Amino acid sequence: MRFLYRTVRFNVSPDTPVNPPNRRSFLKEAAAILIGAIASLVPLASGLFVFMDPLRRKSKAGDFIFVASLTALPEDGLPRKFSIIADHTDAWSKLPPSPVGAVYLRRVGQNVEAFNVVCPHAGCFVDFIPDKKSYLCPCHNSTFALDGKISTPSSPSPRAMDKLTAEVRNGNEVWVKFQNFRAGEREQIPA
Amino acid sequence: MKFLSSWLDHRTGYKKVLHEALFENVPGGARWRYVWGSTLTFTFVVQIITGIFLWMAYSPSSQTAWESVYYIQHGMTGGWLLRGIHHFTAQAMNILLVLHLMQVLIDGAYKAPREINFWFGLLLLLLVLGLSLTGYLLPWDQKGFWATKVATNIMAITPFIGPQLQQLVLGGTEYGHHTLTRFFALHAGVLPGLMILLIAVHVYLFRRHGLTPKQPLRKPDAAFWPDQVLKDAVACLAVLAAVLFLIIRPRLFGMEPGPELGAPADPSEPYSAARPEWYFLFLFQFLKYFPGGTEMWGAIIIPTLVIVMLFAMPFVGNWKLGHRFNIGFMGVMFVGIALLTVVAMLEDRREPAYQIAVQSAARDSARVKELAHARGIPPSGAVTLLRDDPFAQGPKIFARNCASCHRFEGHDAIGRKLKEPPSAADLNGFASRTWLKGLLNPENVSSPAYFGGTKFKDGKMSKFVKKDLASMTPEQQADLTAIIAAVSAEAQLKSQHSMDQADSELIKKGSELLKKGSRCADCHQFHTKDEDATGPDLTGYGSREWLIGLITNPGHARYYGKRNDRMPAFGDEKILDAKSIGLVADWLRGEWFDAGEIATDSRPAAPPKVASASSGRE
Repeated sequence: MRFLYRTVRFNVSPDTPVNPPNRRSFLKEAAAILIGAIASLVPLASGLFVFMDPLRRKSKAGDFIFVASLTALPEDGLPRKFSIIADHTDAWSKLPPSPVGAVYLRRVGQNVEAFNVVCPHAGCFVDFIPDKKSYLCPCHNSTFALDGKISTPSSPSPRAMDKLTAEVRNGNEVWVKFQNFRAGEREQIPA
Repeated sequence: MKFLSSWLDHRTGYKKVLHEALFENVPGGARWRYVWGSTLTFTFVVQIITGIFLWMAYSPSSQTAWESVYYIQHGMTGGWLLRGIHHFTAQAMNILLVLHLMQVLIDGAYKAPREINFWFGLLLLLLVLGLSLTGYLLPWDQKGFWATKVATNIMAITPFIGPQLQQLVLGGTEYGHHTLTRFFALHAGVLPGLMILLIAVHVYLFRRHGLTPKQPLRKPDAAFWPDQVLKDAVACLAVLAAVLFLIIRPRLFGMEPGPELGAPADPSEPYSAARPEWYFLFLFQFLKYFPGGTEMWGAIIIPTLVIVMLFAMPFVGNWKLGHRFNIGFMGVMFVGIALLTVVAMLEDRREPAYQIAVQSAARDSARVKELAHARGIPPSGAVTLLRDDPFAQGPKIFARNCASCHRFEGHDAIGRKLKEPPSAADLNGFASRTWLKGLLNPENVSSPAYFGGTKFKDGKMSKFVKKDLASMTPEQQADLTAIIAAVSAEAQLKSQHSMDQADSELIKKGSELLKKGSRCADCHQFHTKDEDATGPDLTGYGSREWLIGLITNPGHARYYGKRNDRMPAFGDEKILDAKSIGLVADWLRGEWFDAGEIATDSRPAAPPKVASASSGRE
């Protein structure tokens, strides 16, 4: 406040009366600023609360979801892409079962391996290139081998493709615990 | 610090600007009567801040507008407060505008050389009214929808360009997505943008000519800072305090805090509680005095003339008695507005139909929030939750189709007492043990609550009840109790579920008696084929399927056959569609989604539970 006075007062024109700074006027100034601040901060704070609301939301822990029947997977161990169909809530909308993501599934012996199709580098949709028997991300050329590991040293991805827990139930049903992970991190951190 | 400030000042010249802003001369010193302009600027800034944050969560389309506002208010942290501040500050602005205009007129601040500034002020006033009007529609609830419909229909009677103007504003011939996108663009973009421009000019012109002091001056001149700023700040805080009070006021009545959000807009659902927001009530009331064909006078010509008169005030004020005339005109205008508003409110308060409409609207609003909270909102929008809900629709369908003969708890199911006496049974609790006990009571059977108004008043059943059931041995009494339990159990009412389970022996006994050995079997079928049966089949009596069948065609042999009194075949004659019949049957049976029966999720701020205004069953 004093600062305001010093900075502003020296070029006061002679016809404008300005009381000399005294205790009374200091209190008035302090009160004006305080009250003005309260009046403006309440609406701002209420807005910021709502704006920050998304930070309160936690991502849903992955549930096992039925994805495909085992017979739909090629015998030769090459991957195939499947959509993840699940209930989904988007803010106020409760959506009927619809695609919420996709996975690559492939046979490994009697078991099934599942990878999230999202590239761990920057989140693009990774392609599978059958000729090369490897995965290629079309955005920044991250490459991954059939087992999801980084296949070339120059691959920009910080980690292997995100492996998801997969189970074969009742002999022919492939269930996957579907989850997304944060891109750009060395470790798998649920998104 | 000093170095930094002079470095900055050298480059920006901010000190001069700051000085000019703060050390404006206030002739005669600071006074409370000068605060209104500042409070208006303050409220406008509040609206910009809260509006931008609301914007981040609002979704303008007819399937998402209500839903996103609902989500802001009930799903997001502090959303009720944010929307509350925006909602009530808008209302405060309308009051502050009046105060500001009054102060300017009384103090003569509109006279030369301040005419242009006065006109800018009037334009700002019109813009604020425009913002109020456009903002009212955005939540897309029944109230905003129907009130805005009236406003845009009035717009259509504008000479020459009316219909085209209306179509442009609506973004088509009907209300829909583009009505919302257009209103939203106007509300959040065009109108505030114009306001910022106009406020800049308004403040510039104000500073150019200086404040018009109230004569006589009471004190020596002073600078704007700090005395007047302090008074302005206190006034702004008072406005905010009033707004906050209005937001939390519902708490005093045990309700959720925050502004009102009605049921979602539904063009197929009549809304008799449609009223504009209170600050437009005077226009609404004014229109009532213009008979058909002359509404143009009430809606357009007279309001335009008043506005023209306001714009002409600086010229009128130059005449000898002009200033007094202006003050008088303003007085008449504001008293007129106040009177019309009060009359509108009193008329509504005295009108039972309006009160019932308001109650019904509140019931729908609470119900849809309950459903949205417990079940989530389908992509087709919250309005479908309500359209498919027996609790919401049952009473309305009943009131429209059944209440001309039947009653529900003595009224028409939505709370209207009807003048004509009932000419068919009161269906509250139909097929329950209590209802059946009433029917089989010699004193009741021919009363208006049962067969009193029908041709069965002196029919076989009535005679049987009045004669044979009037004097019973204790044993017969016990048989009757068993029979009632058995017939009622056929309905499988939710409200009697535990009772039916506990009384399985009694029900079994009653069933046996119904099949043979009781007088009932003489006329009624019960799980056995009886070609000679003349009364309605009691197999599945009161069940969903039985009731739907009855409403669909009461003249079917299974029900009253040729003896059917006056009841229309609502299904077969296509008076009601199958869905409506299902809804009213479910509602009569007390079969609707009850959020209390399922575990609620962890979202905060559960909307209040629906008060069952027209049903005693919950």
